[in-house]
Amino acid sequence: MFKIEVNNRIIEAEAGETILSTLKRANIHVPTLCHMEGLLPTGACRLCVVEVEGMNGLIPSCSYPVREGLKIYTNSPRAVRARKTIIELLLANHPDDCLYCVRNKSCQLQDLAEEYGVRERRLSAEKNEYTIDQTSPSIVRDQAKCILCGKCVRVCEEIQNIGAIDFAGRGSKTVISTAFNENLNVSSCINCGQCILVCPTGALREKSYLKEVRDALSDPEKHVVVQHAPSISVTIAEEFGAKSGIDVDGMLVTAFRQIGFDRVFDTSFSADLTIMEEASELVHRITTGGKLPMMTSCSPGWIKYIEQSYPEMTDHLSTCKSPQQMLGAVIKSYYAEKHNIKPENIYSVSVMPCVAKKFEIQRPGMGENNIFDVDAVISTREAARLIKMYGIDFKNLPSGASDTPFGERTTAGKLFGGSGGVMEAALRTAYFMITGKEMESLKVEAVRGQEGIKEAKITIGKLEASVAVVNGIGNAEKLLEQIKGGRDDLAFIEVMTCPGGCIAGGGQPLNTDKDKIKSRLGALYKIDQTENVRVSHKNKDIKRLYDEYLGEPLGEKSHHLLHTHYMKREVLK
Amino acid sequence: MSKDAIAKIMEKYAGGERDSLIPLLQEIQDVEGYLSRKQVEEIGKLLKLPTGKIYGVATFYNQFRFKPQGRYHVQVCRGTACHVKGSAAVLDAIEKDLNIKSGETDRKGDFSLEVVACIGACGLAPVISVNGEFHAGVIPKDIPRILNGYRDTEVQNEQNR
Repeated sequence: MFKIEVNNRIIEAEAGETILSTLKRANIHVPTLCHMEGLLPTGACRLCVVEVEGMNGLIPSCSYPVREGLKIYTNSPRAVRARKTIIELLLANHPDDCLYCVRNKSCQLQDLAEEYGVRERRLSAEKNEYTIDQTSPSIVRDQAKCILCGKCVRVCEEIQNIGAIDFAGRGSKTVISTAFNENLNVSSCINCGQCILVCPTGALREKSYLKEVRDALSDPEKHVVVQHAPSISVTIAEEFGAKSGIDVDGMLVTAFRQIGFDRVFDTSFSADLTIMEEASELVHRITTGGKLPMMTSCSPGWIKYIEQSYPEMTDHLSTCKSPQQMLGAVIKSYYAEKHNIKPENIYSVSVMPCVAKKFEIQRPGMGENNIFDVDAVISTREAARLIKMYGIDFKNLPSGASDTPFGERTTAGKLFGGSGGVMEAALRTAYFMITGKEMESLKVEAVRGQEGIKEAKITIGKLEASVAVVNGIGNAEKLLEQIKGGRDDLAFIEVMTCPGGCIAGGGQPLNTDKDKIKSRLGALYKIDQTENVRVSHKNKDIKRLYDEYLGEPLGEKSHHLLHTHYMKREVLK
Repeated sequence: MSKDAIAKIMEKYAGGERDSLIPLLQEIQDVEGYLSRKQVEEIGKLLKLPTGKIYGVATFYNQFRFKPQGRYHVQVCRGTACHVKGSAAVLDAIEKDLNIKSGETDRKGDFSLEVVACIGACGLAPVISVNGEFHAGVIPKDIPRILNGYRDTEVQNEQNR
């Protein structure tokens, strides 16, 4: 530790860190559009320039290491003028349709223009003609709004290890492009939407299905049901200005009811259902010498990745549909029959932390005879927009509870929202299935937290099982390569596509960062700590579903409704 | 023939990393005349790079093409000296005569057109090069004569075949 001087104030700095991180710790704000926590700086946007005494040019604080005795001015007239000019240059060929932009009021470029008092278009440049790429079921790309910060490229390549997009061309003709400038739907994009989370402008956004949902809500013929994923209740409050890590489960249910959904269900219920099927499948594979390690199948980005990059390993995937699809399937079968509603009159909406779920509902086998398990997926952000649009005073809502026949959920199902949660829930139930007893301590600390690859050894009766939990596709690839290389000690692997799991999915509130992920995870753990029913096999509504309709896990009806298959995918990768 | 040559180049770069990309692309283009989509995918597998990355690198440089060249590849110099001597009008005349824009190949595959920054023959400005053959001091009026010369050669070649 040593001292540096910033704006005539002395602050502590640590050797090896950059000026920007030192400033951040001291709560001195310097704007940046390209900086990404945890990745090497690129110095692309130049907005973080500061004046350093004794040095000629302005210094990009994101990439300049601190050293003892530095005298820094973050808001000298020169630095401020340079930043303002950069913003004006970025705006020179930027569309000025902010009012109509999905990122209106949540755009970093707009914020900066406001902060730096840009009040006129001083510079004007020729605008390039671009077509908006709408081909992906999950992600819309609008090149005209791109400021070429490169964050989408970096998250795709360096975090997810996919590299579906990159800079193409040069100079004023530079664009972010897929290989051969093809449409996104034929690229190697896995639809995770991490690029949307990091995009500072409206250049990347989710494909919205809000209009379809509103049309269904206003159609008297339609019985409109909604399910919300385990992670939604611990993230959506942020969209209404709350700090991260607050659980608003009951209010969320009331909000959906007030909007006019006929039934409100919780995907955590079908997460319990997934556990019954998946734990049974795991036990079956272990006891009959089936393909191991078994890998989870809840995360559709991961599924597409393995289908396109490791098609020879799809038999490792659990055949279980994801909780979204399972609930969709039992809504249009069991629930429809029980309440005497024609499945074709049910419009099934799901609120997901994920834009790849929009892709998942279109997969083959996710429904039959033109009746789809789920009809529309909206993200956490879209759900918040819907709530605002219907004039609901979210902060003052009374608490509500999910509808029957899927009213109960356990904390195991709720844990699905974060990395390690599927594993923890599955272990609890697999342990019970094998030994007939509950685990002594239900909490499996080793699989919790944000670490990219977590491993644990679990003793179940006489059986010793090694398991691994992975989040982020870059980390999944590392593990797949180990298995390809002959590693054979693992029995079960949980993979979530997004770093941190669904609580940091591509459909979650923007500006998701490590601290927010931590408090969102904390909220899930708190639920697990404070509630009583913590294992999926004790969910009474699940029991009833099996008794009245499904029979038993892995039974014929389950197989038909709750399981699926995978395929090899040809993409430009 | 070219298939073998390409296989040989690929073999030479086996085990290579991302720093081998540009020389590899250059050698492939020398043989194929352009970078085919199939070959770019193969290069991606060889060097363990996403095709999007290769596309990005290749589009950064003028030298790489994704479409086959014409039998006669016309390069128009737009360097400073040629510009001063009127190369913009020359380029215009060529685009009109061939009915293609820079970077394109005509339908019959006879001609392709490329704008280059400087050919290194400023003394001959404005200069164009067709398959490496230089034409010096070109004015727009000369263009039909020059291009027709190649068209005639092509007709003769056709008859001889």
